[in-house]
Amino acid sequence: MGQITIHYDNKIVRNFAWASVIWGIVGMLVGVLIALQLFWPEANLNNQYTSFGRIRPLHTNAVIFAFVGNAIFMGVYYSLQRLLKARMWSDTLSQINFWGWQLIIVAAALTLPLGITTSKEYAELEWPIDIAIALMWVVFGVNMIMTIINRREKHMYVAIWFYLATFITVAVLHIVNSFELPIGFLKSYSYYAGVQDALVQWWYGHNAVAFFLTTPYLGLMYYFMPKAANRPVYSYRLSIIHFWSLIFIYIWAGPHHLLYSSLPDWAQSLGVVFSIMLIAPSWGGMINGLLTLRGVWDKVREDPILKMMVVAVTGYGMATFEGPMHSLKTVNALSHFTDWIPAHVHVGTLGWNGMLTFAIMYFIIPRIFNTKLYSTKLANLHFWMSTIGMIFWVVAMYWAGIAQGLMWKQFTPEGNLQYPNFLETVINIIPMYMIRALGGTIYLVGAIIMAYNLFKTAAQGKLVANEPAVVTELEHSNEAGHSWHRKLESRPLAFTLWVTIAILIGGVVEFMPAFLIKSNVPTIASVKPYTPLELHGRDVYIKEGCVSCHSQMVRPFRSETERYGEYSKSGEFVYDHPFLWGSKRTGPDLHRLGGKYPDSWHYNHMVEPTSMSPGSIMPKYPWLGEQDIDVSLTPKMINAMRTLGVPYEKGYEDKANADLEKQAATVVANLKKDGITVGDKSEMVALIAYLQRLGTDIKQNTTASK
Amino acid sequence: MQIIVVLICVSVVVASLFLWAFIWSVKSGQYDDDYTPSVRMLFEDQQSENESTKTK
Repeated sequence: MGQITIHYDNKIVRNFAWASVIWGIVGMLVGVLIALQLFWPEANLNNQYTSFGRIRPLHTNAVIFAFVGNAIFMGVYYSLQRLLKARMWSDTLSQINFWGWQLIIVAAALTLPLGITTSKEYAELEWPIDIAIALMWVVFGVNMIMTIINRREKHMYVAIWFYLATFITVAVLHIVNSFELPIGFLKSYSYYAGVQDALVQWWYGHNAVAFFLTTPYLGLMYYFMPKAANRPVYSYRLSIIHFWSLIFIYIWAGPHHLLYSSLPDWAQSLGVVFSIMLIAPSWGGMINGLLTLRGVWDKVREDPILKMMVVAVTGYGMATFEGPMHSLKTVNALSHFTDWIPAHVHVGTLGWNGMLTFAIMYFIIPRIFNTKLYSTKLANLHFWMSTIGMIFWVVAMYWAGIAQGLMWKQFTPEGNLQYPNFLETVINIIPMYMIRALGGTIYLVGAIIMAYNLFKTAAQGKLVANEPAVVTELEHSNEAGHSWHRKLESRPLAFTLWVTIAILIGGVVEFMPAFLIKSNVPTIASVKPYTPLELHGRDVYIKEGCVSCHSQMVRPFRSETERYGEYSKSGEFVYDHPFLWGSKRTGPDLHRLGGKYPDSWHYNHMVEPTSMSPGSIMPKYPWLGEQDIDVSLTPKMINAMRTLGVPYEKGYEDKANADLEKQAATVVANLKKDGITVGDKSEMVALIAYLQRLGTDIKQNTTASK
Repeated sequence: MQIIVVLICVSVVVASLFLWAFIWSVKSGQYDDDYTPSVRMLFEDQQSENESTKTK
């Protein structure tokens, strides 16, 4: 049995750690900025590049893919090498993984404020960046799988299984959801339309939470928690059982994001059933984590790392109990579209992801710099700031969400809406928005203190770039008759993986377009494709991120049909590439907005929202009247839509701009009547045209508009 | 709603992959011992500094 000395690569761990710290602070800072804007709209600096709709996705992308993403790589690169007793397979791939990922983040930080977005939540980045993400993810996967194949420890510890599931599932989700037809370097339309697009998006969205924010972190928990407590995990058997049940169940739960929407009922019910079942494996993980600390609770009292881990795992338990509860239709009817959902999400992100990341950083940095933590006191302070910041954040938003949800549904004894003015329900919760911003700020300052503490720690130590470890070579001469095991364990594992992924991509590419276009047959005869001007207006709506605050989905409740109008039907969305149903109503639903107000109302409301709705927290959009749409794109847009199955007649792309000008002239004339002058090519005119069209098609039988 | 067929197919493929991995892991003895691994991981990096004779 030969013993050899190998070296673990700590430099890559350090790089990812610093990247995570820095991007984390940036992401949280943007979070605080948008939280401020929700009660103080001027906090957008009267600048389109820092307006809510554009930087809300910047916040989510930064904290998910930059802060948590880099932290995943940090934790995996640290633990994988040690669990497998092998250095990462390729230093080059590690480097490519690191720099590639940072470039993607920079690209995101540049494009999102410019309004370059697909509008699909957590998948906002445009197609070239999507491709880069896929490539970098594969680089990471190859590096990891090759390290696993070349391991010197036969048994694969449970954490590694979580890492593998993460890699495979995120790859598949990302590829399927990112199907889009480019019409230019940084603009594309989703392959799917309306209800189908919604289903794919939330199949992705939910599993992104599951396999980007949950499974990798469970893997990290199973490595770092026993290490920090110096106790074996409570039950290794439980870890195995809950791993397999978790990954089998999670992937079916997505439709719970679309309850009471136009998604067919049976698909909604399927999502509900699996969501309820998820409690068991989720709590299996939480219980296993917490019970790992049995017998060392005295250490928890003193060690900031363990304290943070306890709050993190508790947050995980709370969020995964709440998730299934939200999936019950009765609860969802109240909670959906309210601030209850961000509260739920932030228990998971601030608690589970944030606190576990902090704990792991406090664990790793002193070790790889061969020193002690600079200040335990500051780490304890950070712990309290994170905990208190999180509590301020989520309690305020629970309150706001439930209060507003109830107000939306409240009827007077006479049977009228008690709060017919949406704005009234918003103004009621503004104090909660202030508390939320305060909580977020406390959490952010805590993270900055951590950064200081960690940099000081690094400065007082010296990086052990290549940490030596004496390991035992795996015996390769096995007992006879078991050689097929070895074969299975090495190449075929990777081989099967890649074949599966290749088949998936190939199959999907081939049959999906044909398959989907056939399905775009409208089920409501009066629903017609958008006019060229409306298409441009829709792009403005996407660019400005209106979907962040406004839904386009009237649910079949009396409280909603009274407020907004007829409930939304799936047949109304067949030409919506992408769908814009939204997931949050910071402002009212817009699906039945068309024809409700005159064009001049929209103009004034965009330029100065409070002039039409005193007290409104909507930002001003003065630039819409000054910036022009690019009409040279119109033929491309029409062609792309036709490729996606929208029935524009042949040759329409050449006539489209004439139609566009005609319709723009009508809007301009309407505005002129009210004394408003605006350019006929301005984004404002296009957006008004789109808003006036919203939800009007099914009214055509009664009103002969247009 | 044809897309749901695609999603189910993709999900089933992923699930089958996981099923295959599960069967492989059980058959190959990954889970024969469901206690030692949890303890072994605690010791893995103490070998470098301490005496390397510690056998596990």
